[in-house]
Amino acid sequence: MTDVVMPQMGESIVEGTLTKWLKKPGERVGRDEPLFEISTDKVDTEIPSPAAGVVSEILVEEGKTVAINTVVARIEESGGSGEDTGDKITGATPPPPESSAPLSPLVRKLAREHNLDLSQMQGTGAGGRITKHDVEARLAPAAPAAPPLAPAAAPRTRIEPLSPMRIKIAEHMVLSKRTSAHVTTIHRVDMTKVARMRERSKADFQAAYGFSLTYLPFLTRAAAAALRHFPLLNASLDGSNIVYHNEINIGIAVALENGLIVPVVRGADEKNVAGLQRAIVDLATRARTRQLKPDEVQGGTFSITNFGSYGSLVGTPIINQPQVAIMGVGTVEKTPVVIDDAIAIRSICLLSLSFDHRLIDGALADQFMSKVKQVLEAWSEEVL
Amino acid sequence: MRKCCLRELGRTDYGTALELQRQLIAERQQGVIADQLLLLEHPHVITLGRNGHAANLLASAEVLSRAGIAFYPTDRGGDVTYHGPGQLVGYPILDLREWKRDVGAYVRAVEQAIIDTLADYGISAGRIPKLTGVWVDDRKIAAIGVHISRWVTSHGFALNVSTDLSYFQYIVPCGLTKPVTSMAALGVHASLHEVGQTLAAHFGRVFDCEMGELIYD
Repeated sequence: MTDVVMPQMGESIVEGTLTKWLKKPGERVGRDEPLFEISTDKVDTEIPSPAAGVVSEILVEEGKTVAINTVVARIEESGGSGEDTGDKITGATPPPPESSAPLSPLVRKLAREHNLDLSQMQGTGAGGRITKHDVEARLAPAAPAAPPLAPAAAPRTRIEPLSPMRIKIAEHMVLSKRTSAHVTTIHRVDMTKVARMRERSKADFQAAYGFSLTYLPFLTRAAAAALRHFPLLNASLDGSNIVYHNEINIGIAVALENGLIVPVVRGADEKNVAGLQRAIVDLATRARTRQLKPDEVQGGTFSITNFGSYGSLVGTPIINQPQVAIMGVGTVEKTPVVIDDAIAIRSICLLSLSFDHRLIDGALADQFMSKVKQVLEAWSEEVL
Repeated sequence: MRKCCLRELGRTDYGTALELQRQLIAERQQGVIADQLLLLEHPHVITLGRNGHAANLLASAEVLSRAGIAFYPTDRGGDVTYHGPGQLVGYPILDLREWKRDVGAYVRAVEQAIIDTLADYGISAGRIPKLTGVWVDDRKIAAIGVHISRWVTSHGFALNVSTDLSYFQYIVPCGLTKPVTSMAALGVHASLHEVGQTLAAHFGRVFDCEMGELIYD
């Protein structure tokens, strides 16, 4: 039986705190194998076992501070020469003795690298021979295990399944990003004329139709006019073919409580501002009350998304497949701008166009946007 | 005279430094390399000593990750601490059997090397009885946390040179509710390399060894 004592770690040190037992009672320990850890001052020290054998008794619990030379554990030697009997450890230890058993060069190398004492190991190979597997098995538990992070008082997460609509949106968005070569161009549009027209007609419009007049029908009308001019933006890609759509069907993104839907205004180029506003209000209302028919969300050839209504200045929308372009509308804000070297206050809106670069080049996209801009900036058409 | 190899590693991730220490400890224990002094700087990281209290970590894992701070539980002595840019971190890998078999004397010697370094910059620093580390008045400027295995040291010290001290708000440094400071906060602006060179010279003197670059034999 060997007594294991709290080692003296320095002249001025009279006690140490036992912070961790690395072996449990009944567990086998090799000579020089780390047996416990102590803490003195700000120093943590691993203390190797003074003898090989089985830990028979642990006398000092983790967290206890004891004086040096206090017996902290006892080790029952496993047969052997008994040369370690009565040895007391004071922290320093001689190098591990060489093993006399036949060992492969690989095992020798591993043992050397990890400073393992093979004479204290039991092999599982032929004739009790120590194999590479034995050494690895021995080394595995010695790998430092990272204790878990600060204990959680309350759960930090909550798990909720996705709604079928969310799954659809997610699939659609990723599919689009994977399909198209997205590029976004941004144009600044002076909406002052449109704003004046809207201001002038607002009250009468509300009285005549029973719903308010927004900027969206003006933008839709401008987009429809530009799509007529540049049919490639009203097309789709089908393998190695371009499909030109003769109808201009503009999808309008509608935010729902828990998602998004893009109902389609059919024949958008054949409607005036009042007709577009009526169609948009009708579709948006029925979208929010979930009364849209399936064909009302299909067959779009171009889309508009109005994030400006939520205060966004500019965005880079994702194309609504299989379309090839989508226009994003920023918020309309009175902004100081330079006109003829003078500063003027104008209603400014940033319009972005995300387009599929597989089919549309930047020059065409910007010509399209210039057309939209031109229609809006030169607005003179009466609403009523 | 014993030799000590000085290795300036520059900005090194905590995990990488830990792995290098592990390797050097094993080689030092086998006597195949000389003593080593690693000088480096870590990206933002908070580490918890073996005997540290998670309660001294004031932020949740989520807050830390949002602030770009890594977290590592370690086997060094001491409680929780922060490392980050502008802090000179030193990891001496010394075999104390060739110096003094005395962990108390070792910690005091590391403190001395830091105190002497700061004196060169006109900062009067010292010790506070029973509290490890180096202090300027009652503000901590350098933290110490050490691990010893078979008398070979690892981990070490962290001296705030131009550390952004606001990062210490996430922890109770070393479990002590005392303020922290840095050389920059005391009006001394010096590069980590320069302070490192000064410190290496004092380290060599205090430990009575010859500092050299990359001595492999």
